[in-house]
Amino acid sequence: MNPKLQVLPLLAILSLFFIGPIIIIFIVSFWDYTEFSLVPDFVFTNYVELFGSKVTYSVYINTLKFAGISWAITLLIGFTVAYFLAFHVRSLRWQIVLFLVCTIPFWTSNIIRMIAWIPVLGRNGLINKTLLSLGLIENPIDWLLYSDFAVILAFVHLYTLFMVVPIFNSMMRIDRSVLEAARDAGANGFQILFHVIGPLSRPGIAIGTIFVVSLIMGDFVTVQAMSGGQSASVGVAMNHKRALLQYPAAAADAVILLIVVLTMVAILMRTVNIRKEL
Amino acid sequence: MLKSTPNRSVSFYLMAIFFAIFIIFLYGPIAAIIVLSFQGPEGGLTFPLNGLSLKWFFELFGEQRVGDFKASFLRSMILASLVMILTVFISLSAGLAYRKKFQFSGTLFYITVASLIVPSILITLGIGLMFDRMGLESKWYTSGMGAHLTWTLPFGLLIMFAIFNRFDKVYEEAARDLGASPWQVLRYVITPIIGPSLVGVALFGFTLSFDEFARSLLAVGAQNTLPLEIFGMTTTVTTPTLYALGTLTTAVSLAIIGISFAVIVVLEKRRRRHGTDAGKGMI
Repeated sequence: MNPKLQVLPLLAILSLFFIGPIIIIFIVSFWDYTEFSLVPDFVFTNYVELFGSKVTYSVYINTLKFAGISWAITLLIGFTVAYFLAFHVRSLRWQIVLFLVCTIPFWTSNIIRMIAWIPVLGRNGLINKTLLSLGLIENPIDWLLYSDFAVILAFVHLYTLFMVVPIFNSMMRIDRSVLEAARDAGANGFQILFHVIGPLSRPGIAIGTIFVVSLIMGDFVTVQAMSGGQSASVGVAMNHKRALLQYPAAAADAVILLIVVLTMVAILMRTVNIRKEL
Repeated sequence: MLKSTPNRSVSFYLMAIFFAIFIIFLYGPIAAIIVLSFQGPEGGLTFPLNGLSLKWFFELFGEQRVGDFKASFLRSMILASLVMILTVFISLSAGLAYRKKFQFSGTLFYITVASLIVPSILITLGIGLMFDRMGLESKWYTSGMGAHLTWTLPFGLLIMFAIFNRFDKVYEEAARDLGASPWQVLRYVITPIIGPSLVGVALFGFTLSFDEFARSLLAVGAQNTLPLEIFGMTTTVTTPTLYALGTLTTAVSLAIIGISFAVIVVLEKRRRRHGTDAGKGMI
């Protein structure tokens, strides 16, 4: 069968619902708008306003902060969990079972997983009640829910999986005789971890990083829901403009965000050949 | 070798504890809302439980007090099923194509990966704008389905790569040597071998669509899918009904996962009975 014919459905869907919309966004970002309608035009005002506004920079810094902190935590947890599964769990059956236990939440609703923090983190939630009854605090802690802390916690909760899976995959490909050789050559556990397993896990770390960073950079739901509307991200700002029907301004935002995210990913892609890693 | 290996190191126990805490972190909050969804009639959004009842589940199906749960649930089920079927067929077809060389295969691969990593808000904004400009009304089964496919197809194709990277071509070569047509090779050799993995693709297709929020937002039109409906409720509903909804949705997801795993196990067993271990993979 002709391979070109076989990829045609994929190409058609992606052209229509991915490339087409991106082109539309690009075009509309140069349009003008009034309070009620879009005015086809070729103006740079949307970009000028975007780069001229201090808010843009603070929103980007805030988003990068979310991405950076969440990335570091998901990497730390993801690497540890993957390491445990790959090197400490010794039977394949248990590896599969525990791996699935880690991945099942991925197939459930993100929105529900966010809501699920309310009874845990809220003013009258489990954590505050426990701390109060233990006498560790006198008043409930307010910053557990609807705060930057909650946003990062939710990101870690939702996306650590995206680190675990590719890093575990990389680790499972490491030839066990390499580790043996390192041990025979006199390396201790930490040296093996840092000089053998770490570098060999790099493709997995890169893929996990691509997922986590791009998901967080474009996020607006998690930030909006978990910060209770008190914190901003690029996505939240964009969605706000969209809600005010300032589509061209939102489109200009989107174009810049796309460039930022694709640049970050392009740099990360240089360190890994995704097709080979699957 | 496994059980006889002597004394586990301290680091094993430390990491096992870490892993256990991670699992509690992963499942704890969901467990909390599942318990709280059975909250008594007088109970609130937090612990302790004030008795037990099914009141909050009845509220969901009752006098439409909490949004249009039934209709949006039905829409999401239909949409997820359609997206699942399309994802399996389109991914399989593209996966087969990628076993050969063809022009622009690299470009198309990068476009597919880009479709995965481009921020969802761009997709949903772009599709919304595109339909608006073309004078078409956004519907969950047209623009909405397209938005979901931009999310499920990349996963589908990546899984197909993983499958075919582990696929031993000798079986289809043998079939071809015996005179099988390309269609017969696909139908009687390839599909049975990769069947369990295809169920995995289906699982991704269904659940990713069923739970999709960000890409749906501006693309589904006036009639909400379930996640959009739930998100709307987070700001308006202040009773455990919200948790009942969470419990129910999670139950559906778990049922789908359970069915998929059961089918995979059955297919694996059947395959093993027929005596080949080709295409053995983790997914």
